[in-house]
Amino acid sequence: MNTHRGILIACMLAWLSVVGVRPAGAQEAEAPPLQRWSFSGPFGLYDTAQLQRGFKIYREVCSTCHGLKLVAFRNLSDPGGPGFSEAQAATIASGFQVTDGPNDKGEMFQRPGKISDYFPPPFANDQAARAALGGKLPPDMSVLAKARGYERGFPWFIFEAFTDYQEGGPDYIHALLNGYTDPPAGFSLPPGGQYNKYFPGYAIGMPKPLSDGQVEYTDGTPTTVDQYGRDVAAFLMWAAEPTLDARKRLGFQVMMFLIVFTALLYFTKRRVWHAVHHHP
Amino acid sequence: MSGQSTYTPQSPFMQWLERRLPIASLVHSSFVAYPTPRNLNYWWTFGGILTFMLGVQMVTGIVLAMHYTPHVDYAFNSVEAIMRDVDYGWLLRYLHANGASFFFVAVYAHIARGMYYGSYKEPREVLWILGVILFLLMVVTGFMGYVLPWGQMSFWAATVITNLFSAIPVVGNAIVTWLWGGYAVGNPTLNRFYSLHYLLPFVIAGVVVLHVWALHMVGQNNPTGVEPKTEKDTVAFTPYATVKDAFFVGLFCIVFAWFVFYVPNYLGHTDNYIPANPGQTPTHIVPEWYYLPFYAILRAIPSKLLGVTALAASIVLLAFLPWLDTSRVRSANYRPLYRQFLFVFFLVVIGLGYLGSQPPEGGYVIAARILTFYYFAFLLVILPLLGLFETTKPLPNSISESVLGGGVPAGAPAPADARR
Repeated sequence: MNTHRGILIACMLAWLSVVGVRPAGAQEAEAPPLQRWSFSGPFGLYDTAQLQRGFKIYREVCSTCHGLKLVAFRNLSDPGGPGFSEAQAATIASGFQVTDGPNDKGEMFQRPGKISDYFPPPFANDQAARAALGGKLPPDMSVLAKARGYERGFPWFIFEAFTDYQEGGPDYIHALLNGYTDPPAGFSLPPGGQYNKYFPGYAIGMPKPLSDGQVEYTDGTPTTVDQYGRDVAAFLMWAAEPTLDARKRLGFQVMMFLIVFTALLYFTKRRVWHAVHHHP
Repeated sequence: MSGQSTYTPQSPFMQWLERRLPIASLVHSSFVAYPTPRNLNYWWTFGGILTFMLGVQMVTGIVLAMHYTPHVDYAFNSVEAIMRDVDYGWLLRYLHANGASFFFVAVYAHIARGMYYGSYKEPREVLWILGVILFLLMVVTGFMGYVLPWGQMSFWAATVITNLFSAIPVVGNAIVTWLWGGYAVGNPTLNRFYSLHYLLPFVIAGVVVLHVWALHMVGQNNPTGVEPKTEKDTVAFTPYATVKDAFFVGLFCIVFAWFVFYVPNYLGHTDNYIPANPGQTPTHIVPEWYYLPFYAILRAIPSKLLGVTALAASIVLLAFLPWLDTSRVRSANYRPLYRQFLFVFFLVVIGLGYLGSQPPEGGYVIAARILTFYYFAFLLVILPLLGLFETTKPLPNSISESVLGGGVPAGAPAPADARR
């Protein structure tokens, strides 16, 4: 038995020495620092106030270039979201101009948004966005928080399954917004690029979008880029995963049921097998 | 086999039915009275778990299909609509996506158990081959399902995997065009993958029936690998196996639920939340985790044709295990050398899985080649030779003897029929 285990360990070590231990990254970038999120862990839920602040940043800053086409204004008043009332969501919607039509004359027209509308795109199409932004296409933000992340590699990916780590996207977004620095000596930045230490390949097309004090907060929260980054990342996580609160609540009920049910099955099994084990 | 057709219908209706369609006695003899070895451990519950998971995948899949749109322009958004607007759509989709992973967890455990206890050996060859066919069908079904959300990984995985057929000499390119329904992965490809993804689970269910039928012809193997000899060696399927299976399905569901509710995207890839873009290749194309060992074998070999051949061989060779393994002793518990080589084989498969997730460069390629070499050496060289040279431990005379102790004292020679 011991020699057997020895062989296994020797094989593992041999394998690790050949493979080495390094994270899988297609392009180099620094690992985003881990943040504390209200919605991390099995019981973590969204922080309504944080989502409202994040929405404010999206509306005042991000929405100039980034769409949110899969999110409807009605979602802003959905349970487990930013917690706006239906009237507030309608007011927000009316602040956007939405293309509708064709009307009776066969023409498209602009009208104020309704609660049932989706967030209108900032550009008519991808080509219009590229034309306006020097050839760069800002990604739609609807599922961005789930479409970004960072692979920390072996052995972290094993721990992440058990520590309930699903916040790679928000961590990355927060880091990116705080990652604008001067390029290190010798780094040749492509034209139109900005240096960002968390962006894969370091050269990002987006200019630094946020600076301290840029967006006004009314609840006394510090108006720093660090805080902005955290708030908008939380908002984007909600936009990408609006059912997180419902999922975790139902998850707890299901887990409790399964644990009790399985325990009962275990005792049933012992009872049934008792005769076989003890009275052959 | 004892315990067949002990069913006698009680009610007049069941007596009436029994004379016309003896379905109740069929069920009774197959799932109630069916004798199952009394010494089965929990590794034998994965068959039941697999049946359960097939049911989960079919039920969630049928409902998802009601809301999904198989069109390149709408597929991604229709999946997001399921996540956002369909009642409990997020639950259905996370159950289905993680369900595929757990289906493969169960099938790998099931295969590993079969290999450890020699369940493929005479007279269970057909049972085993049907199992390999089921695994192949699962691989194809899972791959097509992964394409349906039409994210970046969906699209590029479809492109890479279908392109493998272009390695076939002469007709390769024609086959790829035929598979695609065009000159690139596009709407016809998505449509046919959707159609086949819906069809194949029913084919799987059909082969499962054959698999269970074959199982009930030859009876279950057991940890000793010694066939049941008397009634003392077996217990009735119901309640003994049923309650044991149910308990382990419960445990399995707890882990499954953890992933569905708390880390639903852990087993997926972030790039698949980016809509498919034929103009932009992801820096790093990886398949789902359950294909990674085979993907590593494919990439370990520099020649495309040989790589594809090795990929196919790595699965198809499993069907020949009953003949590659020359030992007459079934269970690895009585084969000390085989046991060690087999554990190394399992580690090699896990290692290949890790390497499949890494970029094919530098030390990763060298490691993948070494592990690929062992994979095939184990199946083609070690297994046939071990049966000839290995000294096996003495087998118990019967299952009940091994369970209840007594009988052959330690160190006594094995029964004559257990040795070559």
